[in-house]
Amino acid sequence: MSVSDRIRDEPSLPRRNGELAFDAPWQSRAFSVAVALAESGVWEWDAFRTRLIDEIGAWTDAGGDAPDAGWDYYAHWLAALERVLLETRVLTAAELDAELRRLAHAAAHEHDDEHGHSHA
Amino acid sequence: MPLANDETALRMRAIESLLIEKGLLTEEVVDRIASTYEHDIGPLRGARVVARAWTDPTFRARLLADGTAAMAELGVGGFVAEHVVVVANTPEVHNLVTCTLCSCYPWGVLGLPPSWYKSPEYRARAVREPRAVIAEFGVELPPATAIRVWDSSAEVRYLVLPQRPDGTDGLAEEELAALVTRDSMVGTGLAVAPGR
Repeated sequence: MSVSDRIRDEPSLPRRNGELAFDAPWQSRAFSVAVALAESGVWEWDAFRTRLIDEIGAWTDAGGDAPDAGWDYYAHWLAALERVLLETRVLTAAELDAELRRLAHAAAHEHDDEHGHSHA
Repeated sequence: MPLANDETALRMRAIESLLIEKGLLTEEVVDRIASTYEHDIGPLRGARVVARAWTDPTFRARLLADGTAAMAELGVGGFVAEHVVVVANTPEVHNLVTCTLCSCYPWGVLGLPPSWYKSPEYRARAVREPRAVIAEFGVELPPATAIRVWDSSAEVRYLVLPQRPDGTDGLAEEELAALVTRDSMVGTGLAVAPGR
């Protein structure tokens, strides 16, 4: 697929100045959290960037850029963000797992509440 | 392998909420950055820089010598630690910008990158066959024009200074800025001629 074909094939999502910024809210958060941590000096930008390069490189080496493979730049961005936080021990894997379980549980309850179920 | 979207969104929420809990971030700071990059920072910043360089030869010289410092004169700031190097197009040389490793982009000057810039095929093909890539964007360069490809590295981000279109002699700086497209500052386009 040529570059211009890809441009034409982009789904019609909200655009600003004719451009697509992010196609999901989490992408905007991932971008902004990485910038915020660099601005506040939690890390040097290059600590993030080297991991982003690793993530994209690993995907490419695994045959990711086959013509029909899915590509989500910000998924790699998020993976790099998670790696730098774990590797620099800002977060631990156990903390992250616990928080994921907590949020998943809370989301399930919100869903139940929408259907009027009660919880003990 | 990208995760399913729900799971990805949940992971991002977990990371953000832990960072807030630890006092490393506030939600307001993240909101401000998101809003700034989604609404305020865009290619118009770069266009103002280009228009000034077209009208002020001493600014142009400063811009090519130290892009970051010259842009700061116009209040255009970098993104975290990025250092911007400006490369000028001439009739002999056309410049094209890419980042083969991670799609780094001059965020502080052009805002968020378009999807094609981040695509694996642009990263691969910009270096391998730049003339064909540029042609797919509708730009036929004269065969005698050489193409120089700039691959971003570490903190360095590149910005192309496009050639000023013919027939723009009497135009004011703001009118000139309107001719400077985002693509012309990446090298996949040219500045547009007035009245088109």
